[in-house]
Amino acid sequence: MKQILSMRNIVKSFSGVEVLHSVDLQLFEGEVLALVGENGAGKSTLMKILMGIEQPNSGEIQINGDIIKIDNPARALDLGIAMIHQELSPIPEMTVEENMFIGREINRFGFVNTRKQIQKTREWLAKLNIDISPMLKMEELSISKMQMIEITKAISYDSRILIMDEPTSAITEKEVMQLFELINLLKKNGVSMIYISHKLHELPYIADRVQVMRDGHIISVSNMADMNEKKIMRDMVGREISTIYPKCKNKIGEPILEVTQLSKEGEFEDVSFTLHAGEKLGIAGLMGAGRTELMSAIFGANKADSGRVMVKGRKLPLRRTSDAIKHNIALVPEDRKLMGLNLVMNVAENTTMCIDQTIAKSGFLNTRRGENLSRMMVDKLSIRIHSLKQAVENLSGGNQQKVVLAKWLLTEPEILLFDEPTRGIDVGAKAEIFELINQQVLQGKAALIVSSEMQELVGVADRVLVMCEGKITGELKGKDITQENIMTLASPQKETAGQAV
Amino acid sequence: MQTKPNDKGKKTTMMNNDNVPFYKSPQFWKSTGIFWALVALVIVMAFSQPAFLTRPNLINILKQASITGVLAVGMTMVLLTGGIDLGVGSVLGVACMAAAYATTEEQGWPILIAFLIGIGVGAVFGFINGVGIAYVGFAPFIMTMATLSAARGIALVSTNNRPIFNLSEQFIDVSNSIYFGLPSLIYYFMGVTILAYILTKKTVFGKWIYAVGGNENAARYSGINVKRVKVIIYTIMGSLSGLTGVLMASRITSGNPVVGDGYELDAIAACVIGGVSLSGGSGSVIGTVIGVLILGVISNGFDILGISSNYQRIMKGLVILFAVFIDIRSRMRKND
Repeated sequence: MKQILSMRNIVKSFSGVEVLHSVDLQLFEGEVLALVGENGAGKSTLMKILMGIEQPNSGEIQINGDIIKIDNPARALDLGIAMIHQELSPIPEMTVEENMFIGREINRFGFVNTRKQIQKTREWLAKLNIDISPMLKMEELSISKMQMIEITKAISYDSRILIMDEPTSAITEKEVMQLFELINLLKKNGVSMIYISHKLHELPYIADRVQVMRDGHIISVSNMADMNEKKIMRDMVGREISTIYPKCKNKIGEPILEVTQLSKEGEFEDVSFTLHAGEKLGIAGLMGAGRTELMSAIFGANKADSGRVMVKGRKLPLRRTSDAIKHNIALVPEDRKLMGLNLVMNVAENTTMCIDQTIAKSGFLNTRRGENLSRMMVDKLSIRIHSLKQAVENLSGGNQQKVVLAKWLLTEPEILLFDEPTRGIDVGAKAEIFELINQQVLQGKAALIVSSEMQELVGVADRVLVMCEGKITGELKGKDITQENIMTLASPQKETAGQAV
Repeated sequence: MQTKPNDKGKKTTMMNNDNVPFYKSPQFWKSTGIFWALVALVIVMAFSQPAFLTRPNLINILKQASITGVLAVGMTMVLLTGGIDLGVGSVLGVACMAAAYATTEEQGWPILIAFLIGIGVGAVFGFINGVGIAYVGFAPFIMTMATLSAARGIALVSTNNRPIFNLSEQFIDVSNSIYFGLPSLIYYFMGVTILAYILTKKTVFGKWIYAVGGNENAARYSGINVKRVKVIIYTIMGSLSGLTGVLMASRITSGNPVVGDGYELDAIAACVIGGVSLSGGSGSVIGTVIGVLILGVISNGFDILGISSNYQRIMKGLVILFAVFIDIRSRMRKND
């Protein structure tokens, strides 16, 4: 097979700190190379160098045997390298065809030839077997479809090297399969791909080889056939992980949270369930099932239309988040950057955000007590930081999530609501988060865990409620908690026939 | 702190080598930059304009700076929450009329009452702003523009566009005396600054101001009553506008309905020069004070050179653009 890309001895430092130590990467024509590693391993930095966003301190890059310098992203595009980002940013109000041609419109004397653009767009989409009308506005498309357009756009620039960053983090299982079909088609057409993902179980479907990075080094490069999840994880973390989902002998106690017929138009309908002390209750469902909205409503951040929530027999007013907090409920939100942390503030400031008022001295900030409590939580949760005064935006995803958890544990909650607690977190930190959840339930606290990763719930939950299109479609206990059962209950009825899992 | 990579190889921005004392490190210069800019500016002015370093001129600068300063300190807190108040000039106009009315020789109410009335009037407008923005959901830009119009209208209608004269001697002394060699106005400015500094940096409420401005959603999800914080902040701003109105009435020895026109521009310019971010969540009262002084020195320079105030407005606009540009640039560099 022809070697299309070679990166050799790449060294990169930021402010005197070396983050990539003589890294090599080879890519062959028509292959998918999976690039895996924990957050902070150096994958993004390496890709930024390939994209021309960063410059290496030393090292050599060759494309098709020619030594080249990638000075800026435009040069990368010229060389045939394109990246499909994790967070897509098309222009929502413009159509597919307009987005495809942005910056290079087919025009005569400044007048855009829309008909020709639409025709060309149709051609490209047809070549990739993608069934989307060029006339639709981007904002009307689902994330999965937007992603396909993004890929089509990259191919239309004659890109031969595609970098895909966590492409399946925000799309449904069915859409993942569609994406994989597209990837296989691209492979047949000789396009090479570097596939970055935390979802190791997906790799066997598409990857030819897998390269593992840790702490700025390449740990291993192997054929996918010779690797399995366990080996990959061991290379990523540097030690054996017996299991990401630690077992725990929690005792299920009295009901502590009772939700009765909670409804909000357009989001969820007639939701009723009971959560017990010491229990880990999972809430499964596809994206858009209404789980996050339900959590926010229980927490008082999203006003429900009707229904009732009782905490230990007392009615919970659902108007403000402070009501929920007073009733010892905590919510670790889905998007920590948007809803969980103030990125500009430091670790200590974020950690004490919920209890500042409680420890205050006549309204004045109790900085000393705050820092002591923060330090205690940092130790307890093994949060890796330089100093309490470090800005949280510089922490890895896993450590950021731990800061959010620390903030909530300081409020001494009895009911913990977790919305996608391990999203965007590497393997080692995932295990730690689940261990922390276990510790809480062993102490008699109750945990509600919303997760889109079915194996998480299979591995962790005592009971699982499945939601679909705003309603609870079923409850699974013990041995019945399987990926198949969850999937069946989570899928809208008209699509269950012939569903691939 | 050693300069070794941490466990995850994550790049860290706080690479301060312990061998270099803080005051020689690049961070020191970056964070105190505007102070040195002020120092440099004063030195340049002193050498190029002999009229600059004279006592009457410096007193003049301080008096004007105090007026802008009280407004700018309030504006700082509003900007910190990610909002803005465009109506401060008009609110101070109404307060000016109210205070003047209370202290004419005929009316003769005690000065304290005049202060309370002026501040109270300002607080009412501020409260209305806050409720409109936090509870009804108007954008701060729109809501405060509305109060700008309404307040100016009320000020003009109150006496049919005519100024109020004959204010009591005592009241005129408020803004026009000298204590310990400094103009009385500066003490109001300093007092407000100290209180605002303590509020924003030392109290829980102050932290909430920064939290709301930095990430409103995260603040709400952490149990902070975002709406209440905003209403309180706009009420404080209104009160400070009211206070400024009272001080202006004393300064110009009359109640003039058109006073304060354009003062919001000065306040915002001072904040922005002082490093307060227009998107909220960062900046400080101390920076604003320096911004106020820089603006004051530049304006004074223009006056000494005989350049008309119209050109000064252009200058202020350019200064705002420049300061925001620096802010955005440093933000982009941080995100790299």
